[in-house]
Amino acid sequence: MIEKISLYILPLMILFILSFGLIKKVPVYEEFIEGAKDGFKVSISIIPYLVAIIVAVSMFRASGVLEYVKAFANNIIPPDIIPLIFTRPLSGSAALGLFSDIVKQSGADSYIAKLAAIMVGSSETTFYVLAVYFGSVGIKKYRYALLTGIIADITNIVLAIWVARLFFLANSVL
Amino acid sequence: MNYIFFILISVSIVAGIFNHTLDKVVSSMLGACNTAVEISLSLIGIMAFWLGIMRIAEKSGLVQIISKFLFPITKFLFKDVKKDSPAIGDITMSITANALGLTNAATPIGLKVMKELQEDNPDKSKATDAMCMFLGMNTAGFQIIPATVIAILVGFGAKNPTEIILPTLIVTSLSFVTAIIVALILQKVWRKYD
Repeated sequence: MIEKISLYILPLMILFILSFGLIKKVPVYEEFIEGAKDGFKVSISIIPYLVAIIVAVSMFRASGVLEYVKAFANNIIPPDIIPLIFTRPLSGSAALGLFSDIVKQSGADSYIAKLAAIMVGSSETTFYVLAVYFGSVGIKKYRYALLTGIIADITNIVLAIWVARLFFLANSVL
Repeated sequence: MNYIFFILISVSIVAGIFNHTLDKVVSSMLGACNTAVEISLSLIGIMAFWLGIMRIAEKSGLVQIISKFLFPITKFLFKDVKKDSPAIGDITMSITANALGLTNAATPIGLKVMKELQEDNPDKSKATDAMCMFLGMNTAGFQIIPATVIAILVGFGAKNPTEIILPTLIVTSLSFVTAIIVALILQKVWRKYD
């Protein structure tokens, strides 16, 4: 069912936009080309920002600092989850890699796998999004955008832990 | 961002020295440069495609129809966006694409929104309230169905992978609302520091 919906939505959206354009007598091919011309420009203009954020994040991950953070974990947060918490806002593909690893190590039906699934599924790569989106238009002063993102991420982690306990730990009282 | 960039890199190098992982730190630094370029190159095609489709949606008046429909909500959330700005329709499209997990469509449309917001921005180097609100909504990562996560669970043989949909939806909705509220509050507070 879900796979069906995700499969249909994109092509149907395209079909609808094209048909609507034709009905409104828009020269759809010419306008498509006009719009598509910007694709190259935008993609290239984000390279410096991508390099900055991806280099910094990769170095940080490679340095092994997250292992220290993991050592400080207590019972509330399973220690295996800690690296995921810090990786999720930085890199989407790295977070998915960590998530796969957790599922493999703990089993797909384990509580930790479910908690990790909720965390990954309900959040975004905050730093990456900010760098790319602001970078594409040359904004350098983010003002409160970063703080908003971080507060939302922290809320997300707390809620994920709480909701996962509520749903998947039968003997737990909140 | 200056501090975050500095801290990430300096901590990595210092930790690399103490952890004896400096070789890994350096090789990941070099590798990441290539990754960044690969990502942006791989974006070109899909970016061109969606910007083309979105241009049709705009010229046919579809984006404007959506904007008009959602104007009461967007007016409240994006006070500094003009009524006739195409940004409003595109913001809706972008959030919808994100919610449906259509990352390939969401990024090009989102970058288009940023461009439109930037046009009405008096100080081109500084983010506007509308940009902060839009990115707040974006980084909160509202998603109706976490398709990738479910796919991975299925891949590792989960018995009932869809049981995470409801808890995920609860968490993602609440953090989405939190982001909006935080952005609305900070909008007022931050003016003192500008």
